[in-house]
Amino acid sequence: MSSYTGRGRSLVAALVGILRSTVVRFGLGACLIGLWQYFAIQAGSIFFPPPSEIAKRAFELWLSGPPSRLFLGEGVFEDILPSLFRLLAGWSLAVGIGITLGALIGRSRRISELLDPSLQFLRAIPGPALVPVFILLLGTESMMRIVLIAFGSVWPVLLNTIEGTRTVDPLQLDTASAFKLPRRARLWRIVLPSAMPKIFAGMRVSLSLAVILMVVSELVASTDGIGYRILNSQIMFLLTDMWCGIVLLAVIGYTLNTLFVKVEDHVLNWHRGARGRLTT
Amino acid sequence: MLAVKDVQFAYSPGQTVIANIGFEVTAGEIVSIVGPSGCGKTTLLKILAGLLVPTEGNVEFQSQPVRGVPAGLAMVFQEYSRSLLPWATVHDNIELPLRYKKIDSLSRARLVSESLEAVALSGFGDHYPWQLSGGMQQRVAIARALAYQPKLLLMDEPFASVDAQTRADLEDLVAAVRARFDITIVFITHDIDEAVYLSDRVIVLSKSPTTVLDRVAIELPRPRDQIVTKAMQQFVDKRSAIARLIRRPISDISQ
Amino acid sequence: MNESLGTTNARADIMRFVGSSVGGRVASALRVVIGILAFFLILEFITSLGLLPAIYLPRASTVIQRMVELVVDLKFLKHVLATLGAWSVGLAVATLISISVGVLIGTSELAYKMTSPVIEFMRPIPSVALIPLAILLWGQGFPMKVILVAYATAWPILFNTVYGVHDVDPIAVQTARCFGLKQRAIHWRISLPSAAPLIFTGIRISAPIGLIVVISAELLASADSGIGSYILFVSLHGGHMDSVLAGAAIAGLLGVLINSAFGMVDHRLFAWRYFGAPAQ
Repeated sequence: MSSYTGRGRSLVAALVGILRSTVVRFGLGACLIGLWQYFAIQAGSIFFPPPSEIAKRAFELWLSGPPSRLFLGEGVFEDILPSLFRLLAGWSLAVGIGITLGALIGRSRRISELLDPSLQFLRAIPGPALVPVFILLLGTESMMRIVLIAFGSVWPVLLNTIEGTRTVDPLQLDTASAFKLPRRARLWRIVLPSAMPKIFAGMRVSLSLAVILMVVSELVASTDGIGYRILNSQIMFLLTDMWCGIVLLAVIGYTLNTLFVKVEDHVLNWHRGARGRLTT
Repeated sequence: MLAVKDVQFAYSPGQTVIANIGFEVTAGEIVSIVGPSGCGKTTLLKILAGLLVPTEGNVEFQSQPVRGVPAGLAMVFQEYSRSLLPWATVHDNIELPLRYKKIDSLSRARLVSESLEAVALSGFGDHYPWQLSGGMQQRVAIARALAYQPKLLLMDEPFASVDAQTRADLEDLVAAVRARFDITIVFITHDIDEAVYLSDRVIVLSKSPTTVLDRVAIELPRPRDQIVTKAMQQFVDKRSAIARLIRRPISDISQ
Repeated sequence: MNESLGTTNARADIMRFVGSSVGGRVASALRVVIGILAFFLILEFITSLGLLPAIYLPRASTVIQRMVELVVDLKFLKHVLATLGAWSVGLAVATLISISVGVLIGTSELAYKMTSPVIEFMRPIPSVALIPLAILLWGQGFPMKVILVAYATAWPILFNTVYGVHDVDPIAVQTARCFGLKQRAIHWRISLPSAAPLIFTGIRISAPIGLIVVISAELLASADSGIGSYILFVSLHGGHMDSVLAGAAIAGLLGVLINSAFGMVDHRLFAWRYFGAPAQ
């Protein structure tokens, strides 16, 4: 019967499709890495070690520990985990403060207009410019870095929350009034959900800012952390180690961003649908 | 049920939108309010709902003066896509006002399913508003108002944003709902046919600064039918009379 | 017509026009001034309380005094120019390259599919992580800063250009084809203008990022000129907090000026984008 050939044909077609999409997706990246590998070995420059060397060294640094520790090496516990901890602590602090303050400020039009210029100023101060300030005020321990990360990355969340809570559709507020919803219901069920898309956008920018600040705070007067590792390796001319750190940061940045986008998509699935259908 | 007494409304001194409006609504009636564009119909509805305070005059709902939104009142707006909450399912949208009326969850569930059934949307509780068509969304808004078990239902040009066929279905739905739940309905429309078709009385408003031009009683038999009723002589006569009032008010008042 | 207060877009538009007349502008200017004054007064009050000794947290008025001194100090102005110079050149280079490459990628469906994953991966890499490498390769001066800024700012612009060009409204393109426009004309008259706001937004986003990167680089490279190096120098030699804070504050003001300038240009050039959609 032709059903077997039919099934076979569609199976082949499916495989070809998967192959093609894989090539398209990863083709360019693989090519670039391949080119890098080739030219690095040819030129032999110490500044650009081949990817194979980098991968090997990364393995030595981070994945060659005892089985009891999930094969994680010393470097993970000395540098990676503290860095990630500071990053997430600082960012969560920024998000918590940003959303809370933002919702409070956004409720009043007058207050948000009055505060706007000052907030714009504070947000425009480049975080790295404040590193010396924070060091002088708070020392060089982890707490200082967490506060620095929080202070630097609160602004996108704060400002976006203010804008999000201010631009709630007046018709939805009228509906809340018409059905006599109490004040806390207005806030939690109308204002905040309505502001969610903007808040999430702010959180996303805030996350990438937090990563930058984490690295910068570890490049200055630090004794541990991924940033410190990169700088230290550069000073000691261990260039492969330095590149390991750089690649690690790329992976961390990419992973955090992807995770965030997945969460955002899930929480805001109504937004994508509604946006396509708005008739007004 | 509702008494509107010499209501006046001005945005600011000198910008009077509503000069003087007064009428009464008895329980169980369907009253529609028609008027030319810009005559403050929506403003009037907001005043009736207690969302706006009139500059002069007052409104009494069940013999109590209206201060703020009174209990026992529900509203349906014209822009359903902006009035329904896009992040909540149909079920949650309808249930939301009930949560703050101190009704236990079993009764809430019952009310929600009853109202969905009344608007012929049973089984759509899990959908999101944007997944439904315009007419269906407006039906959800009506269901939400119904589940609230109001004595008075205010509707602001509820069918202006849907196509003609859907509008006819929704009009019949409103009539059926009134019959089944015995509520009073006040609705605003610019569509004279719709006003005459649905109502027991039509309040005709003038241009701004607005006054009441006439209160027309409609004595068409119920239940009404889109084709039969609209072919009746009385329908045509009332319809023309109101249309003339709105289109050329000055020359026709003398008639 | 729906004349409900505040829920009609027509009414919001009218209000906006009223607000933009002279009276409205005076009112909002007044609010800005009051807001800034209030902000300063609150800061002055907090810093006068003496919670920390003045060497750690000087009074706001002292800092402002120092700011004024710095702004007229030629040596400091040289620093400012060094920073702004590297920033603007880097941004310009990035804009040129990113727009050119972005247009090429955006118009080819295959190129778009192949390069998207790579761009998505490169996007979240914190460019500050490359500072040690950049210092090794290009020293501590102007060229290093320019290259770093260019690298950091290239990605958001590239990203926005690709998506802007790729997501042109197909109906607009089809209409143009019906009127007999050739591919090149469609390019210049439909795709580019349609993508322009998004491209400009990309530039607008990357501007402050560039500023952060250049100041970080100056901080870390102990460069001989630049606001970052000034701040570092002052904090290391005696920790004159008023100067450190003044430097950071001036960097912040620069950021505000840059953001406002971009904002104004955005509204001027792309006002059509804001008035087309409903006031939401």
